[in-house]
Amino acid sequence: MSADPGTTAAVATPTRLEALANAITSALPGKLVSAANTAGELTYEVAADELLAAAAVLRDAPDLKFEMCMDVCGVDYLAHGRDEWNTHSATSSGFSRGVTRGGQRAGELPPGRRFAVVYHLLSISLNQRLRLRVFCADDEQPMVDSVTGIWAAANWFEREAFDLFGILFKGHPDLRRLLTDYGFIGHPFRKDFPLSGNVEVRYDPEKGRVVYQPVSIDPRILVPKVIRHDNRYDPQLTNAPVHTASIAKSDG
Amino acid sequence: MAEIRNYTMNFGPQHPAAHGVLRLVLELDGEVIQKADPHVGLLHRATEKLAESKPFNQSIGYMDRLDYVSMMCNEHAYVMAIEKLLHLEPPLRAQYIRVMFDEITRILNHLMWLGAHAIDIGAMTVFLYCFREREDLMDCYEAVSGTRMHATYYRPGGVYRDLPETMPQYQPSQWRSKKDVDRLNSRRSGGLLDFIADFTKRFPACVDQYETLLTDNRIWKQRTVNIGVVSPERAMQLGFSGPMLRGSGVEWDLRRKQPYDVYDKMDFDIPVGVNGDCYDRYLVRVEELRQSNRIIEQCVAWLKANPGSVMIDDRKVRPPRREEMKGDMESLIHHFKLMTEGYCVPAGEVYAAVEAPKGELGVYLVSDGANKPYRLKVRPPGFAHLASLDEMVRGHMLADVVAVIGTQDIVFGEIDR
Repeated sequence: MSADPGTTAAVATPTRLEALANAITSALPGKLVSAANTAGELTYEVAADELLAAAAVLRDAPDLKFEMCMDVCGVDYLAHGRDEWNTHSATSSGFSRGVTRGGQRAGELPPGRRFAVVYHLLSISLNQRLRLRVFCADDEQPMVDSVTGIWAAANWFEREAFDLFGILFKGHPDLRRLLTDYGFIGHPFRKDFPLSGNVEVRYDPEKGRVVYQPVSIDPRILVPKVIRHDNRYDPQLTNAPVHTASIAKSDG
Repeated sequence: MAEIRNYTMNFGPQHPAAHGVLRLVLELDGEVIQKADPHVGLLHRATEKLAESKPFNQSIGYMDRLDYVSMMCNEHAYVMAIEKLLHLEPPLRAQYIRVMFDEITRILNHLMWLGAHAIDIGAMTVFLYCFREREDLMDCYEAVSGTRMHATYYRPGGVYRDLPETMPQYQPSQWRSKKDVDRLNSRRSGGLLDFIADFTKRFPACVDQYETLLTDNRIWKQRTVNIGVVSPERAMQLGFSGPMLRGSGVEWDLRRKQPYDVYDKMDFDIPVGVNGDCYDRYLVRVEELRQSNRIIEQCVAWLKANPGSVMIDDRKVRPPRREEMKGDMESLIHHFKLMTEGYCVPAGEVYAAVEAPKGELGVYLVSDGANKPYRLKVRPPGFAHLASLDEMVRGHMLADVVAVIGTQDIVFGEIDR
């Protein structure tokens, strides 16, 4: 195939991305909601109860054919858009007091928008990619259906998401922890889990074995997280960079 | 009458053939594997969580330590993800340098794999030959970045610095005679590109050497032919990528199918296997050594003819040079802000995948507009391969487990992250 199909196809026929978007709309009318993406990729959101049906169509429909599931990962949106350093006014109290631990944000996160599972699909026969996102309805006990029956590759990726985020996968054949220690408590990649962890281990000479104890170190913020508005990347502005060639390249 | 029962056996985590820290719980019926349950995570360092607490550029070094035998390819996926979000396009020379070092990395990785795989299943000598060539490539890493393994050389918008004009020289010492040093230095009289060009001339003959030791070797074939057979359909279902997928006969290579940087300008072939067994995957990887060598040759020729900038000239991403800072207030401010805060990346999400030596290494990056990643997910190729270990070794003999682990080219830095 040619190296950069987007530049030649963009003149009259729809680009590959548009063609794929049209194919998805016709194969799954109303089920997938398209999400905005600035990097030239296709992202869709699907309701948790329609995931399995949509996934089966995505794999089998003749103009979609996403026969490979490259990645499944959890995302915790708890701290999304929160910064730790006020950039609108200058601080008069110095670095350590200017930093807001846990972050500051105007609005609260609506329920059912905290945990998401993101699937990255790949079609080898049609050379196209797609990202699928499912939000878990329950923030306390996030749960989605397992897609292991559709893509066997999802098995360990779902175990990892369960381990690190505590997202339960209904119908998973073997939902055990994968990466953390035997007997680990908590889900370390959640945004409310501290970077330094909750427990540390040391050798206790009296007991003659390794014991767990609460961590003795205090997590520090060395570089505060700041969110700065940059006109150059504002999609509303007309002079924002539009890279059609790189978009087609990334998906073509 | 004797009672017959299955044995459960621990393989690793300290077994030399476990390629690091794999704990494998095997259920055996005699010597036949009934079930294999890999326990991973012994090398889990939470790289992705650490990256969330640091400005973007400070995590490039962590990427080297994921798959620690294909360092620069990991960096490549990470900086590509940032570049996609920032809409940066690195200068052409930087793209050629990256492609050249990606392929050097591929050779490094495949040599490590070939040596370790062979030593695992009984061929001692190959290991020594492979490490002889690895040494030269490590020197290339050192010349360009200062370190032999964890280079931290790629940057969003280019590479850290241009290729050096001179190679470091060996010095005579009480352990190395003048004659030895002269022999070692004879290839180092020119710049890095001359050194690499010399390597590419020598290397095909070296691959022939490895092949004379293995390809028609009766023991090697007995250990690998028809071991760990995976059909193309199953390989796709299991999320295989790279040589594991190509070994099963699926012609899929991101360098060709979804080219990044200047791979679309390169002339190379994609080898594919037929039977999907360990022997075919061996043949695929050996051919990839030769093809990578071809790509490096093309890059060297282009780089020699086209000097130029290797880093994008964007003050908001690239720190200013030392000389500029001495006389220019703006540069000093830019430097201060970039070093203390880093740059903010526009909100959005991106998935950037490269054809790493082991397969598709993807970086999924979610940004909320801050100077740190909101969520970073590395999609390691070995993770999907190791997940299928149970399926691949069932019904095989105990000794074949080692062959299958070897053929999967597992490295725990990337699987556990």
